[in-house]
Amino acid sequence: MAQVSMTVNGKPVTGEVEGRTLLVDFLRNGLGLTGTHVGCDTSQCGACVVHVDGRAVKSCTMLALEAEGAEVKTIEGMANPDGSLSVIQQAFQDHHGLQCGFCTPGMVMSAAALLAENPKPTEAEIRHYLDGNLCRCTGYHNIVKAILAASGQDVSIAAE
Amino acid sequence: MPKDHGIGASQKRREDVRFLTGRGRYTDDINLPGQAYVAFVRSQVAHGILKGVDTSAAEASPGVLRVFTGKDFEGVGGLPCGWQVTDRFGQPMQEPAHPVLAQGKVRHVGEIIAAVVAETYEQARDAAEKVVPDIEELPAVVDMRAALADDAPKVHDDLKNNLCYDWGFVEENREAVDEAIRNAPHVTTLELVNNRLVPNAMEPRVAIGDYNPGTDESTLYTTSQNPHVIRLLMGAFVLGIPEHKLRVVAPDVGGGFGSKIFHYAEEAFCTFAARQLKRPVKWTAQRWESFMSDAHGRDHVTKIELALDKEGNFLAVRTETLANLGAYLSTFAPSVPTWLHGTLMAGNYKTPLIYVNVKAVFTNTVPVDAYRGAGRPEATYQLERVIDKAARELGMDPIEIRRKNFITEFPYQTPVALVYDTGNYHCTMDKLIEIADLDGFEARRKASEEKGLLRGLGVNCYIEACGIAPSNLVGQLGARAGLYESATVRVNATGGVVVMTGAHSHGQGHETTFPQVIAEMIGIDESMVEIVHGDTANTPMGMGTYGSRSIAVGGAAMVRAAEKVIAKATKIAAHLMEAAPEDIELKGGEFIVKGTDKRIAWGDVCLAAYVPHNYPLEELEPGLEETAFYDPANFTFPAGAYACEVEVDPETGKVTIDRFAAADDFGNVINPMIVDGQVHGGLGQGIGQALLEGCVYDENGQLLTGSYMDYAMPRASNLPFFTVDHSCKTPCTHNPLGVKGCGEAGAIGSPPAVVNAVIDALHRAGHTHVTHIDMPLTPARVWQAIHG
Repeated sequence: MAQVSMTVNGKPVTGEVEGRTLLVDFLRNGLGLTGTHVGCDTSQCGACVVHVDGRAVKSCTMLALEAEGAEVKTIEGMANPDGSLSVIQQAFQDHHGLQCGFCTPGMVMSAAALLAENPKPTEAEIRHYLDGNLCRCTGYHNIVKAILAASGQDVSIAAE
Repeated sequence: MPKDHGIGASQKRREDVRFLTGRGRYTDDINLPGQAYVAFVRSQVAHGILKGVDTSAAEASPGVLRVFTGKDFEGVGGLPCGWQVTDRFGQPMQEPAHPVLAQGKVRHVGEIIAAVVAETYEQARDAAEKVVPDIEELPAVVDMRAALADDAPKVHDDLKNNLCYDWGFVEENREAVDEAIRNAPHVTTLELVNNRLVPNAMEPRVAIGDYNPGTDESTLYTTSQNPHVIRLLMGAFVLGIPEHKLRVVAPDVGGGFGSKIFHYAEEAFCTFAARQLKRPVKWTAQRWESFMSDAHGRDHVTKIELALDKEGNFLAVRTETLANLGAYLSTFAPSVPTWLHGTLMAGNYKTPLIYVNVKAVFTNTVPVDAYRGAGRPEATYQLERVIDKAARELGMDPIEIRRKNFITEFPYQTPVALVYDTGNYHCTMDKLIEIADLDGFEARRKASEEKGLLRGLGVNCYIEACGIAPSNLVGQLGARAGLYESATVRVNATGGVVVMTGAHSHGQGHETTFPQVIAEMIGIDESMVEIVHGDTANTPMGMGTYGSRSIAVGGAAMVRAAEKVIAKATKIAAHLMEAAPEDIELKGGEFIVKGTDKRIAWGDVCLAAYVPHNYPLEELEPGLEETAFYDPANFTFPAGAYACEVEVDPETGKVTIDRFAAADDFGNVINPMIVDGQVHGGLGQGIGQALLEGCVYDENGQLLTGSYMDYAMPRASNLPFFTVDHSCKTPCTHNPLGVKGCGEAGAIGSPPAVVNAVIDALHRAGHTHVTHIDMPLTPARVWQAIHG
């Protein structure tokens, strides 16, 4: 076992992990932050996306020890300081961008990273960016619409 | 003005707040004190004699509490099958034993051979690798035709052969159909495969067994669409635990699509092991385990013949299907290729004569059961494909040939048992033509042509049967369960309402839509209504959520219970206002004596029920809580018309969905936003089936598509924005809300639209030799068809 320290959602944390412990397992089991999900074992589904030093990362693809000293942000840290939903979270609710909710944390984290890089993405850019995030419920229609809306763009292209 | 409240309002979902902030509570988020972990050892061969299992090294591994094998389950029941099909000779289907852990033989890759329980998950996994099964490999049967050969290896040695049943429907029509086809002016024949799919809910299955030796009570936390059904099946048939000593909890569940209906070995194992070890035992599936243990879907091989006269009137349909059931009978597997498939072969059309034959086959593959649509996509796909082919052969427009044969008078008795209560297929077709802008197709086709792409248009209809019922009828058809739903409506002293429902939400949004109905009935705000579901300890007996039944059956039960509550509250109000109950109406949250200004608020009446000082105690019990069980009189019949436009790249065979429109008739709609979302999701899965998804085994029964590296799930870039509409409404005539259900329509109606569109694109480009391509329409298949 080894000790690892990092900042998660603005709070310094320390924990004991095995060398093989994945970042997602440390977040879920070590810190009890169960909002980050595990949907596959091949880094395809994106349910585990978090931000590490500002970049979207699949936390199943990174060892906890690799995050030593890093700034990590998870879905639990996405709401506004007063607890209200952030613009992206609110857009997902407004446009029914989630159903079962399992892929949702990863979708929100990916969407936030996209809009940080590209504040006004086109529909095609959004769809391309989300290729690492699988959703089985929505057919992606309302997810893409929510991200367009969160970026302040017209969503009439997505009629219903 | 769109409504803000009640039935018909697109209210935002209240459950979203917890899902969007990481506060959902899925089964894997639950950890119990003293919890141990299980890792399963699964068969790596498809078929073999299990001569022994060496567990000694695993038992000596650090942290291991116990290693279980099939021997530990010899005194335990097998996993039960919930539907017995009778074959066309009047004999019951062949029904093999289904052990929790393999006994004597292994019959598919992924079958559980041993289970290692250890202090930590990592220790369990490490030790599981040290378990050594001794298996004498046998030849596997994978292909259904090969499985039916006289000399085929038998999946189950104690059965006569690999044929589960040979089902004919309607058997009395067989000769008349044969004769009609023999004598018909035109017969169109099509052979096709309905590709095997892996459901792939994004949340892998999880089970946690818990046991309290002090009270002898067991609890199972599980990723289930129907916790009461699991309690009944596992308690009564597998482990022998009476229902009052067994609680099943299905908390937030991350998608199901059918795959979480069934009672699985892992649930029984964790409950059993917790009782043995007197500690909680937790299992979380890795995705590779999901691929080889979640029940798969579809997997039919079909030949369909459609007989027509020269004018395009349908005269008869004959269809023969081989249906793969896998190695064991999953919970509802036998019903899918039969009653959920054969009864839909009339489609939206007045075909007078229909005969359906289905041979269901055991193979050395994962069990196959209901997946979104369950039998109805298989029926729709073959019928709507053969109609398209027939239209082409007769030189008719594919829309006109459908219109010509539409059922237009209701109720309509089909020749395959169902009675459609209502519908309007011309309405949805008219609406489709409008929303899909079919008038603009030719201009779009020319634009595609200029880019070197072949544009095609596919149109089809569908009908489905939802809310399977009534119980006494399905019992005659072989169901070993009732198909009612129940609800308890509990009104608190201060007027708030708690609805406990047997329906279960795993993405459908019941926590939002069910309160809209109650709010409409009472005239209170939705925020005063809470929905409780997913726990057998605090909900009445329920059958759960599948088959698009939640609002049609579960919602109806809630309405019935609420009506009882309102009837009682009206009597209390009558007493308080010194009026006759029949003179009182409930409106806008107030009981009003008709024609007067006398009124009393809902909350005051509720308070009186719980503080019964001024109360007719000699006539009425205190309190305000009622339960209702609702058993529908018939199925509901959502129907619609779908249009797909594709662009095919003739250089590569790649198909791109450019436009997709869906016009559905769901009857009345509670929350249009949620209904749109249900259709979108179904379209995503149906288009996935048509273009991308296919579960592949090699000839030895090895699963070649066992991960997301190999199984192509639809991604955001594979799909367009959809155009959906449900403004054609013919309300269901026999349930109190006039609702029909919308969960499966998209997955049922979309595969034929995609394939019809691709065939259309190729024909317009002169590739008229291509009459069919089997799904998934990968670039390789399309390119080969063009150059075939």
